[in-house]
Amino acid sequence: MSNGHPAHHILSVLVENRPGVLARVSGLFARRGYNIFSLAVAPTEDPAMSRITIVVDVESSPLEQIVKQLFKLVDVVKISELDPRRSVERELMIATVRVPAEERGQVVELTNIFEGKILAVGTEAITVSLDGSPEKLDDFEELLRGYGIVELQRTGRVALPKLDKEARSRVAKGKAS
Amino acid sequence: MTEKLTGAQALIRALELEGVDTIFGLPGGCILPAYDPLLDSPIRHILVRHEQGAGHMAEGYAHVTGRPGVAMVTSGPAATNMVTPLCDAYMDSIPMVCITGQVPTTAIGTDAFQECDTVGITRSVTKHNELIMTADDIPLMVRQAFHIATTGRPGPVLLDLPKDVLQNQMTWHWPTDSDVEDSLPGYRPTTKGHPRMIKEAARLILESKQPVLYVGGGVLKARAADALRELAELIDAPVVTTLMARGAFPDDHPLCLGMPGMHGNATAITAMQKSDLLITLGARFDDRITGRVNSFAPDAKIIHVDIDPAEQGKVRRPDVPIVGDCRLVIEEIIKALRDMLAGGEKQADISAWKSRVSGWREQFPLHYTQSEPGDALKPQYCLEKLRDASPEGTILCSGVGQHQMWSSQYWKFNEPYTWVNSGGLGTMGFSVPAAIGAKVGRPDRTVWAVDGDGCFQMTAQELVTASVERIPIKVAVLNNSYLGMVRQWQEMFYEERYSEVYLSPELPDFVKWAEAMGCVGIRVESPEEVEAAIEKANSIDDRSVVVEFRVDAGEKVFPMVPAGQSNDDVILHPAQSSQREFLR
Ligand SMILES: Cc1ncc(C[n+]2csc(CCOP(=O)(O)OP(=O)(O)O)c2C)c(N)n1
Ligand SMILES: [Mg+2]
Repeated sequence: MSNGHPAHHILSVLVENRPGVLARVSGLFARRGYNIFSLAVAPTEDPAMSRITIVVDVESSPLEQIVKQLFKLVDVVKISELDPRRSVERELMIATVRVPAEERGQVVELTNIFEGKILAVGTEAITVSLDGSPEKLDDFEELLRGYGIVELQRTGRVALPKLDKEARSRVAKGKAS
Repeated sequence: MTEKLTGAQALIRALELEGVDTIFGLPGGCILPAYDPLLDSPIRHILVRHEQGAGHMAEGYAHVTGRPGVAMVTSGPAATNMVTPLCDAYMDSIPMVCITGQVPTTAIGTDAFQECDTVGITRSVTKHNELIMTADDIPLMVRQAFHIATTGRPGPVLLDLPKDVLQNQMTWHWPTDSDVEDSLPGYRPTTKGHPRMIKEAARLILESKQPVLYVGGGVLKARAADALRELAELIDAPVVTTLMARGAFPDDHPLCLGMPGMHGNATAITAMQKSDLLITLGARFDDRITGRVNSFAPDAKIIHVDIDPAEQGKVRRPDVPIVGDCRLVIEEIIKALRDMLAGGEKQADISAWKSRVSGWREQFPLHYTQSEPGDALKPQYCLEKLRDASPEGTILCSGVGQHQMWSSQYWKFNEPYTWVNSGGLGTMGFSVPAAIGAKVGRPDRTVWAVDGDGCFQMTAQELVTASVERIPIKVAVLNNSYLGMVRQWQEMFYEERYSEVYLSPELPDFVKWAEAMGCVGIRVESPEEVEAAIEKANSIDDRSVVVEFRVDAGEKVFPMVPAGQSNDDVILHPAQSSQREFLR
């Protein structure tokens, strides 16, 4: 689940922003028997393009195969495999925790330590949000569990390459990944 | 000057401009608007009896001409009837464009009459598909469809056209090549091989002492038969042609070993197993070729030339992967070899290898037991007679089953594009419609379909199409009263427990059925009748002919590598099995 996992890969897939593209991509994963661990999709700086960030759980050789198969989709323009050590990843989580009014302070404090936000407060529950690296979210989620999570939603991660020297020069040419 | 057309008129004009001369199809509600301008078009429409037939006809046409086959059908059940041929074309990389009608855009998603999610259903069996939402998009989408279907690794493309899109007005325009390319930023097939890899391949070829050219259907798709022959003769290496590549290298060439794989001949199978270098050209290491993968050609290095990068390393990791068009790459390899030879390098001595291969050929010719007078007719005998009596350049189409394997084994394919079959999907019912499509594409050629009694009953009604449209083909039904290939597996692997494989020797009456469809029907029951029947069939060219050969139900296809087993354990014909030590 976490970054250190050997079978964890992040694919950043640039696709044409057209109807049915997501179905093509997810259909391909299903058809070839690969598991999507998480998936996030939204338009990019160029409204004609979307970026799909897919976290895949596979050994490296089927990953090569899935990348090649993905690339055969006519709507897929570019695929980068992001090395978790050389990319920045972010994920957002929203959680509602059941907590009596007298213990609420503990959850608020925890949220503050993690630099999260309080979104809503009720008499018996509180809704908090946190964005950050997936590991940070894992840790926070673990601690919230102690109180009793009513509902929780994570977005799946989005990622871009870190701005090392090489990447910076590529940015100058207009493409960071 | 702006010219207003309906979407339907634009569609037909776009097809004309793409060079389409024939559409195989059947109309219905949602595609109706497109059938109206078709009346005024020079495009020939062939009205089929079942949409699956239209799809296989388009495939047969594409197989023999190299041009994309076009099928047009309506929405819903017609579109679902197209799924099998689309999948077939996808598996065998056949260029095809399929046009389906769809309910009006305003009705999409409402479960309207004859609505189905055609693009959703066909997504995994097409190279690409599109639902066209405005009439203005039609010209570009048609151009894209033909471009995608015919370039890179060819395949089927489907365009789904809602009825209102066909009816609406649009301003006619015809996109340029660069418009098409710009509109497909994610589609850039690689055709030229990497120069370093080409050098590396040439070096491995010169070093190899036991080379085999492993030739697949990609060589035919790339129209690389001439280049292949030049390469084979330059390095004097034996050639195997897979089921999809029969005819890519002439069977009568001394270097040709014929077909490898599950029902390949012992020499082709064993030469691959013992090779030290498989020069793989447009082939994909299918399980029907490799047998158990981890014992396939254990000592061979692999050069793998394929235009589809995803085939590289999918089954077997190549030592030298080359992504590119087979013809261009083979030509580059030849050039590199000639340069190296001119520079004083020498090819390793392969004479010991060649004499070993010749030894196998002498020991293990294809074999079947001839029938004694009064015995049942042997299917292989019928095929030999058919082969010997057919005019040069005859196109042979086949169904799926034992008769298909015997066809591939016993025919002599000396010319590319004379063999049409369903390899990857193994679609029973392929042969009759595919033969009709092939005859439309090559009216100058004699077209024979070799079919099983089981297969024939799946799509035979297209012979009505053939009769009405005056497309004379010839069909040899090898009637063994069984789903023979399945029977063979039950005999060999299920202790002769025959479950649901017996059809019937008498039903249907193939001769009457042929006659009812406007064909000449001939029944052959004994070896003595075979030659006369074939001669008669070959002499009729104004009508289709069906020759039913009543053949021995117990005959099996040999050699055989049982599914999942090693090619080393190939089962030979019982008459040869005592010699199997010579295969070492
Ligand atoms: C559409 C379809 N259904 C089932 C099969 C499985 N199958 C493969 S060969 C075969 C038997 C074909 O019988 P026939 O056409 O009589 O040919 P034979 O093997 O007897 O020569 C069957 C059922 C198939 N390939 N395609
Ligand atoms: Mg049969």
